[in-house]
Amino acid sequence: MRAADPDVKSSKNQQIPRLPEQTPQEKIALYRTMLLIRRFEEKSKQAFTQGKIKGFCHLYNGQEAVAVGTISVLNEDDAVITAYRDHGHALARGVDPNACMAELFGKITGCSRGKGGSMHFFDAKKHFYGGHGIVGGQIPLGTGIAFAQKYLDTNRVTLAYMGDGAINQGAVHEAMNLAALWKLPIIYIIENNEWSMGTSISRSSAGDPLTKRAGAFDMAAIQANGMDLDDVRAKTFEAVSLARTESQPTLMEIKTYRYFGHSMSDPGNYRKKEEIEERRKGDPIELYKARLIEGKIATAESLEAIDAEVTEIAQESYDFAEKSAEPEIETVFEDIFAPEDQIFEFRPEPRY
Amino acid sequence: MPTLTYREALNEALAEEMERDDKVFLMGEEVGEYNGAYKVSKGLLEKFGPKRVIDSPISETGFTGLGIGAAMYGLRPVIEYMTWSFSLVAYDQIINNAAQVRYMSGGQFSIPLVLRGSSGGGLQVGATHSHTPENWYANVPALTVITPAFPADAKGLLKSAIRSNNPVCFIENEKLYGYKDEVPEGEHLTPIGKARVVTEGSDFTIVSNSGSVHRALNVVKTLEAQGIRAELIDLRTIKPLDFETIAASVSKTNRLLIVEENKPFAGWGAQVAYEVQKELFDDLDAPVHRVTSLDVPQPYNGRLEQAVLPNEERILATVKELLA
Ligand SMILES: Cc1ncc(C[n+]2csc(CCOP(=O)(O)OP(=O)(O)O)c2C)c(N)n1
Repeated sequence: MRAADPDVKSSKNQQIPRLPEQTPQEKIALYRTMLLIRRFEEKSKQAFTQGKIKGFCHLYNGQEAVAVGTISVLNEDDAVITAYRDHGHALARGVDPNACMAELFGKITGCSRGKGGSMHFFDAKKHFYGGHGIVGGQIPLGTGIAFAQKYLDTNRVTLAYMGDGAINQGAVHEAMNLAALWKLPIIYIIENNEWSMGTSISRSSAGDPLTKRAGAFDMAAIQANGMDLDDVRAKTFEAVSLARTESQPTLMEIKTYRYFGHSMSDPGNYRKKEEIEERRKGDPIELYKARLIEGKIATAESLEAIDAEVTEIAQESYDFAEKSAEPEIETVFEDIFAPEDQIFEFRPEPRY
Repeated sequence: MPTLTYREALNEALAEEMERDDKVFLMGEEVGEYNGAYKVSKGLLEKFGPKRVIDSPISETGFTGLGIGAAMYGLRPVIEYMTWSFSLVAYDQIINNAAQVRYMSGGQFSIPLVLRGSSGGGLQVGATHSHTPENWYANVPALTVITPAFPADAKGLLKSAIRSNNPVCFIENEKLYGYKDEVPEGEHLTPIGKARVVTEGSDFTIVSNSGSVHRALNVVKTLEAQGIRAELIDLRTIKPLDFETIAASVSKTNRLLIVEENKPFAGWGAQVAYEVQKELFDDLDAPVHRVTSLDVPQPYNGRLEQAVLPNEERILATVKELLA
């Protein structure tokens, strides 16, 4: 395993399995997922502007290759947990776009029954452990999921995502120590988009690169270029293999960039338009598209057809969300307690 | 008197107190270059510079504890939480350190600290971001808890809080930042621990705080048209509780309705109800009634969230019961 910094320990394992060759279909599928996320977020943006989505809405545009690349090397039963910028991870994990958009609209057909909203997507069936609103709060949870995976001898692994701002929460450091100490099969992924809200990384975080923070725990660390899907895949594969074969955690720092404001409520005046324009030139979807065409894996026309298809899926999700029913008022009292099956039920309906 | 928003009133209080005392500094996420997530600190970085208006990383435990330490050393920190929901990350620092150090040290240290930020539901930001935490902190001895409902009190109470030699939880309401009203210029200190009678009336008393005062006020206006006159009390400070003002009103009207956004179990209203039945049992013509948020986490969906909040419909229905 490559270390981003000489202080960071590398794995001693010489036998890391190699990333399997992809078929052209597999490659095209990844392109499709990235583009689906892009088109879905464009719809989210539109729906927010129309007042159909409320509260906070954090878009994933620009960061698509991170969620798609990392999740593409997982097995279906591996776990994913992330923060509030969660639409891309959910879609990459295979959560139904209709259920995602319906959640944004607060409908009963949403992936959290309209109770979570943009920041709190969940899908247990897809091993998607959520969308979490408190910065850094999901990292101990991810660590617990990895602990349980190991405890139950599942040979599964967990990907736990956070932003570059989240790395400054105490909970993150406590969790990383536990994972290193107890050799948990988890990959901590910092999506370094250089900004936490209006604060640039240089104003929030001492020590560069962020992977150095793994060094204190003797944890493996690796950096990836989040604008390059293949690089993300290759690096994540190393980390996942280390987790699966040796039950060792890794800290990954994936360099990326967000195109829009922190959330739909943020005008983003702290960044110059030119900065964003410049970064958009390295767009991960365009880069991958060019690679597919150059490598004669796909033609421009076939990729156009994919664009039309995912644009249609995004539109369908919007229509589905729009048509879906509001939750009944009574549902406000549902989902609070799990039913008991080992002791007598003891909780009445909430009384107040 | 100039008319200011709640947000501008808070800003004025901060600016005046920072001007007055250079031991006062402001620290929190996005308070400086971004001018505050809710623009409460707008212009302060420009006015006072980066030594005194400090953008911190997202490290609530760290910068809260830092504030407490700096206060032990004689500074007068104002620590901003982007919202009080995020203060939970720093709960240990607030309760075990800010609230206990003076007592544990036998009175050797004082903690002249203000913790402040927005709070409350109704903005569809979901369960993690919609807390109304005044009752949690009011439960802790040695913490003062302030929840202004009007711009003039926002200014006057924040100035008092900054001058207090004790730790104050100053809990603003996100939905009120744009609310406009008259605010006295310059030296305007609202006493901590004093409630205010917002409307006088003789039929029944409403005790409320923060955003719920405005819900109650709408109900008071509706009832006025029907010839029912309610006396509305805005607590302003949750702790110390101004029982005198409540008692004076309840012994006049003989009926009490409490309206609060806290979840019901051990919300501050439960304490008020206890004290009223204990001290004014013979004055009461009806049991104390109470409208709170429902005992469920905050849902994202707008209709559900409105049902959870102490909405005007539920207040009116409860008034009917109270007066029956
Ligand atoms: C404990 C806590 N503090 C503050 C916030 C408000 N907040 C939400 S996102 C954010 C910035 C996070 O930036 P980063 O971790 O870099 O992730 P990004 O948004 O760039 O994906 C802040 C300050 C919060 N949700 N939780």
